[in-house]
Amino acid sequence: MSTHHTLLEVEHLTMRFGGLTALSDLSLNVAAGQITSIIGPNGAGKTTFFNCLTGFYKPTEGAVRMHHPQHGALLLNEMPSYHVARKAGVVRTFQNIRLFPNMTVLENLIVAQHNALQTASRFSLAGLFGRAGYKAARQQALEKAEMWLTRLKLLDLADTAAGNLSYGTQRRIEIARALCVDPLLICLDEPAAGLNPRESAELNELLVYLSREHGKGVLLIEHDMNVVMRVSDHICVLNFGNKIAEGTPQQIQQDPNVIKAYLGEEETDEKVAA
Amino acid sequence: MSAYVPVHQGPGFAARIKDALAVAMLSLMLGIPMIGLHTVDSGGALSIATRWPWLALFVGIMFGGRLAMQFALDHFKLNKARRAQKRPAVRATRPWLKWLGYAVLGFSLVLPIAFSGNRYVVDTATTVLIYVMLGWGLNVVVGLAGLLDLGYVAFYAVGAYTYGLLSTHFGWGFWQTLPVAGALAATFGIILGWPTLRLRGDYLAIVTLGFGEIIRLILVNWTDFSGGPNGIGQIPRPTFFGLPFSPDTDTPTFATFFHIEYAAEHRVIFLYYVILALALLTNLFVSRLRKLPVGIAWEAVREDEVACKALGMNVTNIKLSAFAIGAMLGGFAGVFFAARQGFISPESFVFSESATILAIVVLGGMGSQLGVVVAAILLVLLPELGRDFSEYRMLLFGAAMILIMVWRPGGLIASREPTVKLNKGAQA
Ligand SMILES: Nc1ncnc2c1ncn2[C@@H]1O[C@H](COP(=O)(O)OP(=O)(O)O)[C@@H](O)[C@H]1O
Ligand SMILES: [Mg+2]
Repeated sequence: MSTHHTLLEVEHLTMRFGGLTALSDLSLNVAAGQITSIIGPNGAGKTTFFNCLTGFYKPTEGAVRMHHPQHGALLLNEMPSYHVARKAGVVRTFQNIRLFPNMTVLENLIVAQHNALQTASRFSLAGLFGRAGYKAARQQALEKAEMWLTRLKLLDLADTAAGNLSYGTQRRIEIARALCVDPLLICLDEPAAGLNPRESAELNELLVYLSREHGKGVLLIEHDMNVVMRVSDHICVLNFGNKIAEGTPQQIQQDPNVIKAYLGEEETDEKVAA
Repeated sequence: MSAYVPVHQGPGFAARIKDALAVAMLSLMLGIPMIGLHTVDSGGALSIATRWPWLALFVGIMFGGRLAMQFALDHFKLNKARRAQKRPAVRATRPWLKWLGYAVLGFSLVLPIAFSGNRYVVDTATTVLIYVMLGWGLNVVVGLAGLLDLGYVAFYAVGAYTYGLLSTHFGWGFWQTLPVAGALAATFGIILGWPTLRLRGDYLAIVTLGFGEIIRLILVNWTDFSGGPNGIGQIPRPTFFGLPFSPDTDTPTFATFFHIEYAAEHRVIFLYYVILALALLTNLFVSRLRKLPVGIAWEAVREDEVACKALGMNVTNIKLSAFAIGAMLGGFAGVFFAARQGFISPESFVFSESATILAIVVLGGMGSQLGVVVAAILLVLLPELGRDFSEYRMLLFGAAMILIMVWRPGGLIASREPTVKLNKGAQA
């Protein structure tokens, strides 16, 4: 699909931990308005790839370039992690959910809008004196939070502590929170893990909605082949840190390398073939 | 144990009576030989006398006691089950806490009047308020931002010495020094924070502990600057808008201005109201900050630092702001301390002070403003009350701490009030 412009360019990315090469010479393009999936067995380096993208790891070699509509080309691999979200508009979720458990769902979503609110409140000073500018910004933040809460069917839980909710709900909250940052590219690390089939179907629908309706780039790490094959526009397969295949779902399903890599795992093999 | 206890019904009343009757029978059987019959020494020979009324009383008590105990246990179990069933999400906001807060506030306002003849009470209350203020300051760092700071007393010392030096050398007044000392303490907070905030948990605690000791050692050893172990004496007391509290009559004093008899208590009461005002301002300031972006960010950093970074938050700056603001409040309290004592020395800024303030915050329930008040009252009054058996004071203190932590591991007031609610009626 050539109409979708490239959002992220990953060039020869390598990450070594001592003797272990977790990611080896990975190159990949991620387009806006599309869902790009990273699949591969456990330990293939998928989460490491996300950590390199989002500034949590400094890659040993290679570059990650983000094409930002306002700020131009940004080298993510040279940014501290908070700049990746703040300046480059790349926001991630975590494989092991990371919410603010003692804060309410709504507060979780307000925290995500910290930078905008902090600017509007002049580093909280104007807020201290209840200035109108800050009040308006705060109202906007609440409305945005309410919008995503509604979209993700979380509105009833808004004033509940996030840590007390079920696993599937917490996953949704984490996604809603990430969306409150207004990302250009949202990176989801196994968002369907632990979801029941209904929740999983809703997630599919949400991902399609985000990419098609909001034009966001979606980068998805997923084990569930049902999800991957159904929603992905583009799939990249990793094995032991190497990219062994890349292409559309149809291409991936027929790729001999992929079939070979998954052969040991009976169950997954069937899913790939399905 | 059954996992599910129906909330509405305990075991039936008849069953309870039966159970109590069985206990009564058992106690009757045991009681006949042990209570009902007893031996009396009548003229060299043992004879057996009876005590049926005692026995009846014993059996009655056993019956009644058993019933009461079972009902109490049922009640306890039911409550527990009820709590387990509808475990409220953000623990239900308890309106009585708010009323308790107002009650404490009202009491603190009238305390010097109610105890006007009793200097000791007002003095102790002033001490409590100093700790309340310090607790509220440290609460920003430890309770909200979740940074374990074991050297908080350093900022208290910075404030106290700022006033001690500026007033004795340059004749600065109390109110004049207050903002300067606050700014200076905040600067120290940033100086400490900048290199150390990348450390986590225990490591940060150790570095802050070291920082507190460094400040104290500088004060002890840099004699030219700080007076060394002798400290600084004759620090001017705060005046009532320029009117000193003194028996002199050459210049107008507080007493002559208001045409009242000079009394030493005036100053004590005035000092009390000064610290009360400072503490209330601190409370207002911190409660407002908590609902502003920076305050919400502090709590978020406490909850999950990595998630904060992934959301684009500059965690270092957020932590620094917590450190600076906590330090500033500690500095204010230090200025007041110096003005109240009239004399300061490094002796007052030892590690155990930091530990006490930290204990107040942890005991109060991390992040709870009212909890700090309750804990400060407890931690100041407990040693005062224990004065009579001073050898056991620390023992008493430690035992109380352990008991409270067992009883309420989350601190005295562990509930957390959300900073914002969707149902807009509840929140401006
Ligand atoms: N911080 C680290 N230090 C050392 N090894 C790591 C680190 N992070 C990941 N690895 C290793 O890199 C490999 C890839 O891990 P990961 O990216 O988590 O795999 P997955 O594809 O399951 O997400 C694993 O062998 C893992 O042990
Ligand atoms: Mg992983």
